[in-house]
Parts: sequence; structure tokens; C-alpha cells
Amino acid sequence: MSTVTDVNNVEHIDAGEELAHKALRFLTAGSVDDGKSTLIGRLLFDSRGILADKLDALEKRAAGAPIDLSLLTDGLEAEREQGITIDVAYQYFATKTRKFIIADAPGHEQYTRNMVTAAAGSDAAVVLVDITKLDTSVDDVVLLPQTRRHSLLARLLRVPSIVFAINKLDAIEVGTQAAFDAVAKALTKFAEEAGITVRGIVPVSALRGDNVATPSANWDWYTGPTLLQLLETLPVADEAHDGNLLVPVQYVARDEGHGTGHQHRVMWGRIAHGSVKAGDTVQIFPSGETAIVASVRHAGSVVDACTAGQSAGIVLDRQVDVSRGDWVFTPGSAPTQQTFSGTLAWLDTEPAVLGRKYWVRHGNRWVQARITAIDHRLDINTLEEVDAHELGVNEIGRVQLQTQQALPVEAYADNRVGGALIVVDPTTNRTSGALLVGA
Amino acid sequence: MNAPTTMTHLLPDVDHRHLDALEEEAIFILREVAGAFERPGLLFSSGKDSCVVLHLAEKAFKQKLSKPGERPVFAGKLPFPLVHVDTGHNFPEVIEFRDARVAEMGERLIVGHLEDSMQRGTIRLAHPLESRNGHQTVTLLETIEEHRFDCMIGGARRDEEKARAKERIFSHRDSFGQWQPKEQRPELWNLFNTRIKPGEHFRAFPISNWTELDVWLYIARENIPLPNIYYTHKREIYRRKGLLVPVTHVTPPDASDTVETVDVRFRTVGDMTCTCPVESDAATTADIVAETLLVTVSERGATRMDDRTSEASMERRKKEGYF
Repeated sequence: MSTVTDVNNVEHIDAGEELAHKALRFLTAGSVDDGKSTLIGRLLFDSRGILADKLDALEKRAAGAPIDLSLLTDGLEAEREQGITIDVAYQYFATKTRKFIIADAPGHEQYTRNMVTAAAGSDAAVVLVDITKLDTSVDDVVLLPQTRRHSLLARLLRVPSIVFAINKLDAIEVGTQAAFDAVAKALTKFAEEAGITVRGIVPVSALRGDNVATPSANWDWYTGPTLLQLLETLPVADEAHDGNLLVPVQYVARDEGHGTGHQHRVMWGRIAHGSVKAGDTVQIFPSGETAIVASVRHAGSVVDACTAGQSAGIVLDRQVDVSRGDWVFTPGSAPTQQTFSGTLAWLDTEPAVLGRKYWVRHGNRWVQARITAIDHRLDINTLEEVDAHELGVNEIGRVQLQTQQALPVEAYADNRVGGALIVVDPTTNRTSGALLVGA
Repeated sequence: MNAPTTMTHLLPDVDHRHLDALEEEAIFILREVAGAFERPGLLFSSGKDSCVVLHLAEKAFKQKLSKPGERPVFAGKLPFPLVHVDTGHNFPEVIEFRDARVAEMGERLIVGHLEDSMQRGTIRLAHPLESRNGHQTVTLLETIEEHRFDCMIGGARRDEEKARAKERIFSHRDSFGQWQPKEQRPELWNLFNTRIKPGEHFRAFPISNWTELDVWLYIARENIPLPNIYYTHKREIYRRKGLLVPVTHVTPPDASDTVETVDVRFRTVGDMTCTCPVESDAATTADIVAETLLVTVSERGATRMDDRTSEASMERRKKEGYF
């Protein structure tokens, strides 16, 4: 009990200490029939992420039959009517050691769009493989296109960890181990060829609960971790604390100066990489001015330093021209580009039009931009490059982008903040595309 | 199919650093609102979730004067007013708390009165004691229009309800204030698309990723003041459909009801006509944390008459422009 009653005595972490206990955010990828909703329902159920009244509702609906855990995740009326999942849904559960956020990306039409949304910012992807759809009697098991597609998309979006959950093993009556081994071999081979680092391959039955949260009593040949044990040990996406400072300015406030009569301007922004402390020299984009950091704030207090992932309030030793959308960085460290290439995932039903002006957001800055060339489109089942002259909804390709003003972009592979942009249709204001610089 | 229910299994290995990550995210969202919008407002109902959001806003925009463990005191001013939609059927303790907090902080409070909408004729009750909860939407949208708010900050959490699990952190509302769940903008990284046309607005939810337990752990850690009806007190109630209905002038018992005096607390605080307490002797925030770990009924299931009417009632209300 002591941990409960001691909550008042918990010390705040020092600014500068890593946010090591961040929740693990993972996406689940699978098609409608792979048992994905059942798997999520199972994780929530076994970790007590759902409560009795919600369970009652399911039991009533089941009317004596085993309850359908998949119903837990279908949130909208339209979804229940049509028996499909329309949109990315977020679910929460916690174990003793970790808090989890599931981004559940539905697997039918609009798949790429949903998966891109779920993958942006995820620390891991759990790709479901339905073993009943595979012929495991042959030497080289042929994987389903969707398994390849889900894995390749996760890699393309640089989700740091990929885990395969081989589901519905309970439906295989004899030779379970041989069937699992055959599929695991095929997955390993495919992952090697595609350059995907696999963190684990777990045999599960989402329906019965085998190896989801509790070890299977049925398959003693498997001695590895359960899916949940594996998720508990995966790393959260790394923040780069070392190296140059880069901060997109989010909000500029006039500080009352604690009654001292001095008026400071505080530039607030979440640090993309590096760290900042009083005495550091910094430079501002676009003005190019340099100044020395007089003090650093964090969440209402003056602190010694702030580091990547934290929102720092930076007070400078002199007046400089700075506003939302600007960048603060280690002098000379943020080269700008006006034309750059990247991987564009198109999310809008209206195709991307060459030469049309769009709004793009990079950091906190909105600028106009146009796509000047489409180099190729990627076949998302194979990642092969295909000649293309336009990009339609759910398509991904490599493009050249020209912005109205040069921006301090970085490669997405190096940093998500410096390397990600969204593309917005100026007429409808819809978020039409996601661009990964240099990828 | 037995889910484990022992206390030790449920307790997080708390050093509460996950709260720092949640706080970091919430403050980021609040500053995004202040940076990206011209005329934001913060919805403050005095419920625990809005008290948490208010505290986070003070941390985001003010300087903390109090020491850890003390009641939090901040210097400075928020860059937006507080907004409350008052149904006229709030628990008196809650309105007292609201006014005391606003005076103490020196912030500006805008109150939209449901009774004004009734006088204007934009709200018509079917009968005098009808729950005013669903009607709040009209007054909320009228208040937004009158003050030309372009973004309202709210305390909704995705773990509350299935429709909310699908809502964005920055959620677009059309010129009728309506939520279009199928037309939601994809939300990628922290690159929020906050572009709007005249007459439209956004709702922003800084504690989307918090659970009820996170909220209580944070209230305990930060010593956030709450209305006293969140803690145990004696109250006259009668029992109906498994809920404890408080005896008030808008929820009078029938002749067939048995009125009892019971130790209760409120898990949520809303319109008197639809908010029920739960039996509890939890006197401190730490007691509530312990109770929350063991609880078996979801927050809305235990306390809200309005959400029990249909599986889709929240979704329908949200589409019409509800919080």
C-alpha cells in the first residue's frame, strides 16, 4: 500500500532527466479477419483495462455465447451498424511496470491513411498474422500481401520496433509447433530481405488468451515471452539529448518577471534534439540573430536546463526578433533548403496535383509549397519503385517539394521533428499528405 | 476468463514519472492553443478533469510560487478566459468552489446560462424537471458564437467513452458547431492542422491520453483543489436502477422511494438531474486513488443517468456539438 499513500511525497523529476517512464505507444496492424479487435480486447480484458459495466453490456449482447472481445473497440454508431472500424481509435491499459497506448488502425479501405496516422509517433508495431490463411505444409510458406504491406509501411515510417503475433494457433489441431516454425521462418526471411529488425515472433490465441498476457498452457514447446512481456521491454522512441540544439518556437509570452519590473520575453518550444541551459549561445531562424540564454523555464519554474522532449521556456539576454514558427538552434547548425525530396504519403481522396499551391506545416511554421516532381510511386506490397505522374489516396511516393521560403529541414531518419511536414489543401483545409524528408 | 483483481497486481510501480510525460504533452497542447488561435477559451465546470486542465494551464502560462506539497499558487495571468456553461442545476458546492477559485486566481470567467437560452426560446424543455444536460449544447454554442471563440479547451479523456476514443486532440467543428466523426483530419506527429474558416471552431483536449487513475494520481501529486463533494460526505439518497440518486429539488423521490443517508462521494460532477454519487468513505485523494484501483464499474456507467440510455448517446450528443 505504501506506494499509494506516498503519492504526495513524490519528487518532481529534475529537468534534464530522461522521461524514461513514458507510455509505450504501439499500433496494431492487421486485416478485418485477423482477430485484431479480439487481440486488443484481450489485452484490455486481461490487464483489467475494461470494467464490469462494459463487460456486462458485452455479455448481454452475447446472450450466453462466449463474449466477443472485438466489440470493445468499435466506438462509433456507424461502425457498429456496419461491423467495421472507420478510424484510428486509442485504447489505454497499464501493467505494473508500464502504461500502454494502443493506436488501433483498421485494416480495410483507407488502410494506408489510417496506418500512417497510427504509425506517426508510435514506438512499436504489432503485426498480426492469421495462420489459418497460410499453407504451412510447404517448405517456403507464402506470406499474405497484407503482412508484407503492414511491415513495409511500419519500416517506411520508421516505427522503431516491429513484433509479429501469429494468431489463431488454437485453430490448428495437430502440428502446431511445426506450423508456427514454418511461418516464423518465412517472416524472418522476409524481414531480413526487407531490412526490418524484428523484436519478436509470438504464437498467440487472442480468442483464448494464450501468450497474450498469460503464458499458454497448451503449447509447452514455446518458451519465449508472452506478447505483453515483450511489449513491457520494448524501448520508447529515443530522444536525442546530445548534439546540437533545435527548438521550434511554439509560443512567445511576455513574462511578468516575478514582480521585479523586468519584462522578459519567453520563447516556449518543445526541444527536438539537444539540450539548453543558461549561458548557451543560440541562433534564431529566420532572423539569423544570435543571443545568449539568460535563463531556462520549465512548467512554471526556473530550471537549470531542459532537454529533448521537454518544452523549454528560453529567455535571452537581449531583445531579438522572434515569433511562433521560428527556430532556435546551436549557431550554424541548421542549414536551410528551399527544395528538397521526401516520401509523401497521400491521405486525401483528391489526388496530389503537381504545381498546385498547398499549405505545409514544418515545426510550427506554415508556408506555401508546391510539389514540383513525382519521382516514383512505391508499390506498398513490395516497396518497388513504379513510374507515376500523380499520387492518389493511400498512395506513397517520392516527390520533390519546393517551399515559398527556405526551411531548416532535417532527414526524417535523423529526427522526426525536423524531418516531418504535413500538407494541407488550401481550399478544404483537409490534411492531405504527410511528408518524410529525405526518406 | 477471470481477469486478475488483486490489489498488488493493479498497483503501478509508481514513481509517477509517467505523469511527467502526460503533463509535458498536456502543457504542449495548451501552448499550441494559445499560439495557434486568436480567441481561445478554457471550459471550466469545476469537475476534476477541468480542475486538472486549469492547473496544467497555470503551469503552462504562469510562474509557480508555492513549494512542492503546498496548495499550488501561481503568479501571472492565463492568455484566455475560463468559460462555464451553467445549467442552473449545478450542485451549490460546485458553484461556490468555482467562484472562490476564480476570485483567488484573478482570472476572467464567462458564464453561459442555460436559463438565458430558455428565455430566448432557443431551448425548450419538454417538462420543467427534464434533465438540462443534453440542452447544454445549445448554450455552449451560443456562448461560443457570442464571444467569437475559435478554440475551446476541454477536459475530455479518451478512456471515458468509446466515441471519445476516436476523437482527435484538436477536433474540428463546422460552422454549426457539429463534429463529423467520418471527416476527422488525420493527426500526424505533433503537427496539428489548426486551420479554420470563419465561423468554424476547434475543441482541444489536452488530457486526451489520461485515464481516470492518472487524473487522481496527478491531483494527489500536485495538491489540486477540488469541490468538496468529490470526497466522502453524508448525503440523502434513494436507489434507482442500481444508481444512488441524490435528493435535490430537481430529483425529488417518489412516494415509493426510500430515502437513506449514506456516506458518498461523486466520481464525476455535472448537472444535478443526471449525476449520481457512489458509496464511499474516501476522505483523501490517496483514498480515492486506492478506490480507483479496485473499482469495477466505469466512471460514466456508475454515475451518469444520461449515458445509460443508449450505447451511442455520447456520440449523438458530440455530433450535435456537445463537450
